Amino acid sequence: MEKFTTLSGVAAPLPMVNVDTDMIIPKQFLKTIKRTGLKEGLFYEMRWTPDGQKKDFILDQPAYQNAKILVAGPNFGCGSSREHAPWALLDFGIRCIISEDFADIFYNNCFKNGILPIKVSKEIIAKLMDDASRGSNAIIEIDLDKQEIKGPDGGTVHFEVDAFRKKCLMEGLDDIGLTMEKKTDIDSFEARQKDSQPWLHTAS
Amino acid sequence: MAVRKKAAMPPAEPPVPRTLFEKIWDSHVVHRQDDGTCVIYVDRHLVHEVTSPQAFEGLRMAGRPVRRPDATVAVADHNTSTLPVSAGDVDEESRIQIETLEKNVADFHVPYFGMDDPRRGIVHVIGPEQGLTLPGMTIVCGDSHTSTHGAFGALAFGIGTSEVEHVLATQTLIQKPAKNMRVAVEGSLPIGVTAKDVILAIIGRLGTAGGTGYVIEYAGRTIREMTMEGRMTVCNMSIEAGARAGLIAPDETTFKYLDGRPYAPKGGAWDLALGQWRRLPSDKSAHFDMQLDLNASDIPPMVTWGTSPQDALPITDVIPDPANAPDENRREAWARSLAYMGLTPGTKLVDVPIDRVFIGSCTNGRIEDLRAAAEIAKGRKVAAGVSAMVVPGSGLVKAEAEKEGLDRIFLEAGFEWRIQGCSMCLAMNADRLEPGQRCASTSNRNFEGRQGRAGRTHLVSPAMAAAAAIKGTLADVRDYQ
Ligand code: SF4
Repeated sequence: MEKFTTLSGVAAPLPMVNVDTDMIIPKQFLKTIKRTGLKEGLFYEMRWTPDGQKKDFILDQPAYQNAKILVAGPNFGCGSSREHAPWALLDFGIRCIISEDFADIFYNNCFKNGILPIKVSKEIIAKLMDDASRGSNAIIEIDLDKQEIKGPDGGTVHFEVDAFRKKCLMEGLDDIGLTMEKKTDIDSFEARQKDSQPWLHTAS
Repeated sequence: MAVRKKAAMPPAEPPVPRTLFEKIWDSHVVHRQDDGTCVIYVDRHLVHEVTSPQAFEGLRMAGRPVRRPDATVAVADHNTSTLPVSAGDVDEESRIQIETLEKNVADFHVPYFGMDDPRRGIVHVIGPEQGLTLPGMTIVCGDSHTSTHGAFGALAFGIGTSEVEHVLATQTLIQKPAKNMRVAVEGSLPIGVTAKDVILAIIGRLGTAGGTGYVIEYAGRTIREMTMEGRMTVCNMSIEAGARAGLIAPDETTFKYLDGRPYAPKGGAWDLALGQWRRLPSDKSAHFDMQLDLNASDIPPMVTWGTSPQDALPITDVIPDPANAPDENRREAWARSLAYMGLTPGTKLVDVPIDRVFIGSCTNGRIEDLRAAAEIAKGRKVAAGVSAMVVPGSGLVKAEAEKEGLDRIFLEAGFEWRIQGCSMCLAMNADRLEPGQRCASTSNRNFEGRQGRAGRTHLVSPAMAAAAAIKGTLADVRDYQ
């Protein structure tokens, strides 16, 4: 996983509420057996008309074509657990999403892919949404170590993030590798369970 | 601390009263960090073709085996055809996805219900059906509706593909505990009202993000009186309120359902298991961070009008006016929904014409659901211009329905009778709405494009879907009983 320390880039505003993962990447793109190349499907139905014309979706507008940050409406990423949603965002170049709140599974999936989801208050979102609307001149900077968002006018706001998740993101740690280090704990848990709940170790 | 009474009897409850969720959580902690982050053991891992290929690929690249193939089961359901093989509607990519699963399960020795296996079906239908889902378990799957299995008093939730890989490799997950919410439904359900209406009413109250960060325990007489099928329908849609999981205390109904299922414990192991399962229900004074109370008698047959499951209303209601929305966010969302759905405020829901009907999915594709729909369809005809399909949730549901003659009832009424799978719940295969088509569907999501690009979905119960097929508009099932 790519490390996340600091990020500086254009932020695109997407104020819509309840953006679900079906919207972020519709099902026809879930037939792939790969993690890459998914930007073609990102927000597909919002970007293309049924007869293949561009709809001038925010991320297709010249100012936002290289956006690295998304300032989004509340409950972003609700619905399906498909990790194709963060994969598609990442493939487009989005490394950070800022919203009032996120759906659980999507929030979790972001961290597994080197994307930083930031939760901030409604007031801060309003301000950042305003900044983001100013187009490519409005560069937003994220410093994960300091837990700070710096707006184009130089003002900074602090954000909260789980310490363990922050560490994993900053060091680009592989979760599986970390858990593997606890192998003896897992082994002894299994041995105890086999003893007390033998039926959990005979099925399928 | 209160002074302990004299220990004449052993205390009936442990010192700290715990919820069902907390009991399952505590018994699965492998390792706890100071900040509360836990490594949690996973008892059952269900795998399907759409969210697993990249996980197996990751294992392969790192040279890691599957830690417990015996705790894992794989099946293809999301992207399979519901027509006989001879109809040949499978595209190249879908075929490759299923073949990839078949190669992966062979390479990693994972038990697999193959394409011709009569037990094959939607992952959340076959788990319970086979007794792979048991009380007190932790169950995960790369699918958000894994919450279904919570109906058995299991902690079951959906995970992303990276976590699928994590579970395959380590049989564990890194998690922090959720908050506890209790949703109590008391009283008897009025005629024509089902588990689907109950959960739509609950989501209508909580909102689509109201359950974020919580595990919901459903309780109360209405829930206790539900069959396992009904309880599964309720728990299934927990995620539509944002909750990671929903669960219900196991009781005699649960045990009776499980007794004798192929993978349920037998003999002495069954007795041992029963003893432990009976201790799972939440302690009387357990703490819940949030409580929601509903009265069953207040719940009418429900239908969604918009593009979020929270947009649920009684069938007797009218399409709402964005001008009356509670806040600015909702006003915009409602207006967008109405434009997408092609609906006008003030229109009676029962006057909304439909083009398609879908009866199936992990929400409502079990035998009881098909019986309820067949009861309405019996001796009636699907309205002219409406195309209606019934897709059983599993091969065994299909076989049982055929044994009971339900397929004949549906076919004679003009419904299509298909092969099991997810089908038009997510429309990854050829079963999908055409742009602008309107569908009464027993599935769980009415998101934009969910059932096909520019398709319009109204979520209803199986009986309501059948009634809509007959009437040709959204319909009040009580007019057909
Ligand atoms: S029926 Fe629908 S919700 Fe259920 S597992 Fe299949 S796609 Fe997911």
